[in-house]
Amino acid sequence: MEERIKALREQMEKRISQIDSKDKLGAFWQDFLGKKGSIADLMKGLGTVAKEARPAMGKVINDFKVEAEEKYRALSGQMDQMELAERNRSEQVDITLPGKKRPLGNLHPLTVVRNEMIGVFAGMGFEVFEGPEIEDDDHNFTRLNVPKDHPSRDMQDTFYLDGDLLLRTQTSGGQIRVMDMQKPPIKVLVPGRVFRSDSDATHSPMFQQMEGLVVDRNITLCDLQGMLDKFVQQIFDANVKTRLRPSYFPFTEPSVEVDVSCFECGGKGCSLCKHTGWIEVLGGGVVHPKVLENCGIDSSVYSGIAFGIGIERITMLKYGINNIGLMFENDLRFLKQFKD
Amino acid sequence: MKVPFSWLKEYVDIDISAEELQEKLFSCGFEVEELIDLGAEVRGVVVGEILSCEKVEGTHLVTCQVNCGQYGNPIQIVTGAPNVYEGMHTPAALDGSVLPGGVKITAKPLKGIPSCGMMCSGEELGLNDDLYPGAEVYGLMDLPKDTVPGTDIREVVGMNDYIFDISVTANRPDCQSILGIAREVAAVLGKELKMPATDYTVSDYMFPGLDITVEAPDLCPRYLGHGVRNITVEESPAWMRRNLALCGLRGISNVVDITNYVLLEIGQPMHAFDMDQLQDKRIIVRRAKSGEKIQTLDEKEFTLTPENLVICDGSRPVALAGIMGGLNSEITEKTTQLLFEAAKFARDNVRRTSRALGQSSDSSARFEKGISEYTTELGMARALHLIQELGCGEITSSAFDCSAGAPREGKRFTASLSRINGILGIEVPAEDVLRILKNLNFDVVRDGDTLTVTAPRYREDIEVGEPDLAEEVIREYGYEHVTPTFLKAAMVTSGGKNPAQLRQDKVKRIMCAEGYSEIITLSFYADADLDALRIPQDAPERNVLRIRNPISANLAIMRPLLAPSMLNIVTENLKKGNNEGRVFELSNVYLPRETGEMPDERLHLGFAAFGDEEDFFTVKGSLEALGQAFGLRFTVERAQDVPYLHPGIAAYLLCEGERIGVFGKLANEVTAELKLHKDSKANHKIFLGEIDYAKMMGHAAASFRYAPVSAFPPVIRDLALTVSEETACGDLMNEIARACPRVSDVELFDIYRGEQVGAGKKSMAFKIRFEPDDKPLTPDDVERFVKKILGNLKFKLGAEIR
Repeated sequence: MEERIKALREQMEKRISQIDSKDKLGAFWQDFLGKKGSIADLMKGLGTVAKEARPAMGKVINDFKVEAEEKYRALSGQMDQMELAERNRSEQVDITLPGKKRPLGNLHPLTVVRNEMIGVFAGMGFEVFEGPEIEDDDHNFTRLNVPKDHPSRDMQDTFYLDGDLLLRTQTSGGQIRVMDMQKPPIKVLVPGRVFRSDSDATHSPMFQQMEGLVVDRNITLCDLQGMLDKFVQQIFDANVKTRLRPSYFPFTEPSVEVDVSCFECGGKGCSLCKHTGWIEVLGGGVVHPKVLENCGIDSSVYSGIAFGIGIERITMLKYGINNIGLMFENDLRFLKQFKD
Repeated sequence: MKVPFSWLKEYVDIDISAEELQEKLFSCGFEVEELIDLGAEVRGVVVGEILSCEKVEGTHLVTCQVNCGQYGNPIQIVTGAPNVYEGMHTPAALDGSVLPGGVKITAKPLKGIPSCGMMCSGEELGLNDDLYPGAEVYGLMDLPKDTVPGTDIREVVGMNDYIFDISVTANRPDCQSILGIAREVAAVLGKELKMPATDYTVSDYMFPGLDITVEAPDLCPRYLGHGVRNITVEESPAWMRRNLALCGLRGISNVVDITNYVLLEIGQPMHAFDMDQLQDKRIIVRRAKSGEKIQTLDEKEFTLTPENLVICDGSRPVALAGIMGGLNSEITEKTTQLLFEAAKFARDNVRRTSRALGQSSDSSARFEKGISEYTTELGMARALHLIQELGCGEITSSAFDCSAGAPREGKRFTASLSRINGILGIEVPAEDVLRILKNLNFDVVRDGDTLTVTAPRYREDIEVGEPDLAEEVIREYGYEHVTPTFLKAAMVTSGGKNPAQLRQDKVKRIMCAEGYSEIITLSFYADADLDALRIPQDAPERNVLRIRNPISANLAIMRPLLAPSMLNIVTENLKKGNNEGRVFELSNVYLPRETGEMPDERLHLGFAAFGDEEDFFTVKGSLEALGQAFGLRFTVERAQDVPYLHPGIAAYLLCEGERIGVFGKLANEVTAELKLHKDSKANHKIFLGEIDYAKMMGHAAASFRYAPVSAFPPVIRDLALTVSEETACGDLMNEIARACPRVSDVELFDIYRGEQVGAGKKSMAFKIRFEPDDKPLTPDDVERFVKKILGNLKFKLGAEIR
């Protein structure tokens, strides 16, 4: 009996070394571990063994069975892995083939920057108001303290429609509409299209402005600068600062031009800042008391600050665009460059 | 405005450099756009004294030994100038020197004779007789004998000077003059202002019968006239011509030069009429008669209207008020007596006339910005003084002053110191406020917090109250004193976009996700753009808002549709070789309303897709995605009457039965006119559409509540139906959905045409999704549903299961 087991073991070792497929593995099971396999035969032969030796021999046979089963399982596992590896190999793809086309559109750079600007001021508590693009003389000029005979009413600057109507030359008219509806405290942005009869590399007959207005008690010129410092730091660079210099707008007094220290060279002077260290970015000032009074706000109690920012100007500065016309040409090769 | 440094120094002792002054001016509100260094282009040119001249035989050349002081004595320079002589002092450009235009002078032999530089004419130095008398002499400049050899030529001929080109803001017309800028310079430097002399003595003579009437005081609030006789018209003195030349004006004659000088110096446009040409010795300032004509000094003729103000003599216009004098009364060499005019004309009238006639001048530019009556008075006095100083005429007693009665003193008001500081947000010491205002010629009396202020007469921009004073104070005190505070006193407010604005952002995001790039186009275009889209002349879109003064005929109407803008951008992109793309714009269109009402500005969503990959259904798919994002279900209706869309490939877009927009393939007739390459497929696949944004959003729910989800899985069934070719897919889908409330989705996944279904028929395969409610769906349920669906389809659309 032991001889038989020994011979079978040798036979088994030999068979195992030859197994290279699931079929052969199956045959191996049949021949050794199946119901009619060699090990079953051994078990049947146990009856011929002396009674007292039976338990010991039974154990030997069982151990052999366990051994064979382990071998089978190990081989089976190996086979599975080989098969999976083969499948994986056959399923392999050229990962450098191009991705499936799924075109993604872009927001226009002016919208990207406009949203960014709104985001900065929204954080300061500014609401957003959009006024009409076609205005009347009253909102665009008169109530903004632009005198009847002021040069900015000139036909060469303003587009006129029939009657009293005109295309707004500034978003400042939005100030009036807001103050007509709302009483202080007011913090509002008025972004939108404005129109002026002007066209060259830095002027377009249509462009976008963003007006800002704060009306409350004890608002000062210092607040204007403090607020705009925060704005330019978030839009351009955390290290920039603003500089005020005198200017003139009929609706603010004092009026200022606001320059930002050059974010390209840090103020040392470069071609962007024309070697001055400063870049003109916007205009603003303390709201003229007449404008407040024109909207029924008591200028002896409340004061305000206002500013107007050219969205094209900021966009051009941010991205180094040197011709405003590009913004309205809408060449896809231009548009596709802007990611928000 | 051009301001020569040397001229400015006649009124203020300036002890800082031009660059430092530029900074000072900038800080107080006068940006110097350009600081022109007159001598910048000349380097290495010195005074040379010619010690000896030796003719070079057989040539026109002369070899000179030249004393150039510390640069060499003598230096040999060869010249071909005919006027050279021994003892002449002349500019010598040394070896390595530079002349205007970047001309470099080096030592090199002429006809074999060594020459260590070049001697120069005035022209070679960029001079003319006005800038330096004698500069236009033919040949070498003959400098005075007291010039020291070796001296830099720029000092000798006045080229060590600067011109400030200053931009003056619209509120400061008083600074449109050398004197005006000098006042600011004196104030910012804290120096005394030396006023130009304005004294003169008059003779007893009066022009008999001379009279001046202003018939339109609204357009001419002040008119001064003064007669001068015994005029000698000749060249004006060098100092006057030089100052004029530095500002870009050539000398003409003493009388004309005086008017120009006063214009530049005082800022008062002056005019001089030849007294002998004034018929009836009359001046009448009135509105022109309709059709009246005038020929101005530059020999242009204009036909006038009552909107134009003219200066007339007894019978005809002799000047276009504030703009230009008439040819008929101009000063000539023969003039012996004249009438000076100094006036204030209404600025908007001058501006309108100037624009309407297309005629402008240095005078009109100043009148448009505004002239104070102080300036008018000062200008007349200065002109008369200059007549006397130049000794070129007798100032008569014929003086006229027509006034509409404006007060002859500056505005007087009280202001509070603390309110000035309250505007600024900083504490400017009272003594600084007083000092600054006094430097700016304000008369100020302080009583505690109260200032009683009288503004200078020329400061017509100053309004009663603190804001203007605050600006005056801070621009002199310095903006660097403003200490930024972050809305220190303001109340906290809630900010950000409102829901409607956020919704627009979402529309843009969805369109981007669908591959559409945002474009921004001009709000105006031309009738031709509507023509290109074949919009009929009687279509409602043709009722547009027109711009009365468009920048060009191409930009003359406010757009009633976005489609033309979309198409223009698509065409431009195709022309540039961008042969595929998707674009959208969310912008206003402008529609007129009844007279007296504000126009309707309606937000439209325009979109276009073009390129080989595009078809009607790629666009439709994107629109469905857009609808889905807002919980909207769009349906379509064939659109055969949209003039710019293909009648077979166009649809109205509907939401809950309301038409909200239109989209489809660009009509072949429109495509044919686009002048694109015919062989490119992309050029024939252009899809356009436009949605009325408000109408679309009118169907979107403002908010929503969650619907419970069934605990049981859905059942999906495929159905292939055979229908006649004319049967629309949408009808089948609607019918399927209507037949059974459990149907939650119907998706077409195949269309088959061929022998198996027979001619004139097609098979359409749908995936139908049945959603269970609170019970699971049994196979029997589904069988029942399918039977119902098939029954309905057969009855209504003749569909058979395949």
